[in-house]
Amino acid sequence: MEDMSAFPLEITGEDVPMVSFRKVRKAYGSLVVLDNLDLDVAAGEMVTIIGPSGSGKTTVLRMLMTLEQINGGVIYVDGQPLTHMSKGGTLVPANQRHLRKRRADIGMCFQHFNLFPHMTALENCMEGPVQVLGLPKAEARARSEELLELVGMIDKKDQHPSRLSGGQQQRVAIARALAMRPKVMLFDEVTSALDPEVIGEVTNVIRKLVSEHNLTMLMVTHQMGFARDISDRVCFFYDGKIEEQGKPADLFGNPKRERTQQFLSAVKEAV
Amino acid sequence: MSFFEFVSVYWPRLLTGTGITVAQFFLSAIFAVLLSLAFGLMKMSSNRAVKGFAVTYIEIFRGTSLLVQLYWIFFVLPLFGVTLEKFTAGYVAIAMNTGAYGAELVRGGILAVPKGQWEAATAINMSPAKRMWRIILPQALVNMLPPWGNLMIEVLKGTALVSLISVADLMFQAKQINASTYLSAQIFGTALIIYYILARFMLTPFMRWLEAFMSRKLGKA
Repeated sequence: MEDMSAFPLEITGEDVPMVSFRKVRKAYGSLVVLDNLDLDVAAGEMVTIIGPSGSGKTTVLRMLMTLEQINGGVIYVDGQPLTHMSKGGTLVPANQRHLRKRRADIGMCFQHFNLFPHMTALENCMEGPVQVLGLPKAEARARSEELLELVGMIDKKDQHPSRLSGGQQQRVAIARALAMRPKVMLFDEVTSALDPEVIGEVTNVIRKLVSEHNLTMLMVTHQMGFARDISDRVCFFYDGKIEEQGKPADLFGNPKRERTQQFLSAVKEAV
Repeated sequence: MSFFEFVSVYWPRLLTGTGITVAQFFLSAIFAVLLSLAFGLMKMSSNRAVKGFAVTYIEIFRGTSLLVQLYWIFFVLPLFGVTLEKFTAGYVAIAMNTGAYGAELVRGGILAVPKGQWEAATAINMSPAKRMWRIILPQALVNMLPPWGNLMIEVLKGTALVSLISVADLMFQAKQINASTYLSAQIFGTALIIYYILARFMLTPFMRWLEAFMSRKLGKA
């Protein structure tokens, strides 16, 4: 058993990070995917995670969305524990009720969009606000249409996902996640499954979010140019740890660690 | 007696028999769907007692003969104080038997829904119950409709067994007419044709229409 007294019941004080990973461990059997990860993301910050496949990048986002359980440590969102809850003055693993309450702060977009195929674009966006937040339909519709407008999909709002291209589906998926008004948005390789010519329409939406909205964002991507452009900070993951992190200009322009240099030059050659 | 003469004399009894067969079919089908859904979901439960109950039901009703089950429900249950009317015993037995097969179809249909759908529903913070009813089951339903079509034809044909506990369905009427007239070829030939028409020209087109309708709802067509 882990000694939970090392972890605070909540994070208080000035500049409480929006997301805080504290000594987070994730393993599948004997395979350690993330080893004592410490990572803070400030409110409004855009952090990009890069690294070779199998380095645990996607796992970071999936743990934060509570799609994966953690095996050690604590994740805090907005100062409150996400993976745990306090009981009798100590932290115990969260139950379903606690997860549902805390998960409301987080939204996620997936590599394969995962739109609900039996609903139109508009219905996909309205589903959460109506069924989860309990908004009146008219209000949910207004909110969803506004967001579909933002992502440039308002003219396709009555189409089912099967009638939309990958880039269009991903933009609807972004609107669907935003409709829940999350504080933190997670983008998990959202352009990896797209044809090259439509990548821009998705990255442009994310650029717009970064410049016009004060969302906290974590993004896993293989697009180094895009990461360099829009991130406040870039984390290079290697073997379940953050090997190097820093401002994009520093990390891409002047990587200090040998593995970072190797990775970046390998990526450059591939392009 | 020509075939037409035969039909003109006996059509009222054939018609009431067919009516009972259709009623048995509908009641069996409705309860079978409900049982399938309930036990299919229970078999996927993480609660071991619930899961164990579902597995036991499926094993018993899938692993033994429908006719024996029918006799159990009609002749043996009264010995334990549960007496069902023969009409009720008929469709209950068929529904219980079909539900055991249907439960596996439901489970298979649910498992065939991509994992990403579960994750997307979780990411918008849906409760497990809403996720199942609004996101997973509608998609699972489309996956399992084609095998359900086969199962429904089995149900229709299975209803002939209720004649063995004296429910006055089409088969029962046919046997009665045969016993008094010995016109075996005519009467059993007519019964065959009626069962075939019900299955081939009513049930199958309906299931096809339902598949097309559901695909359209899913935006696939």
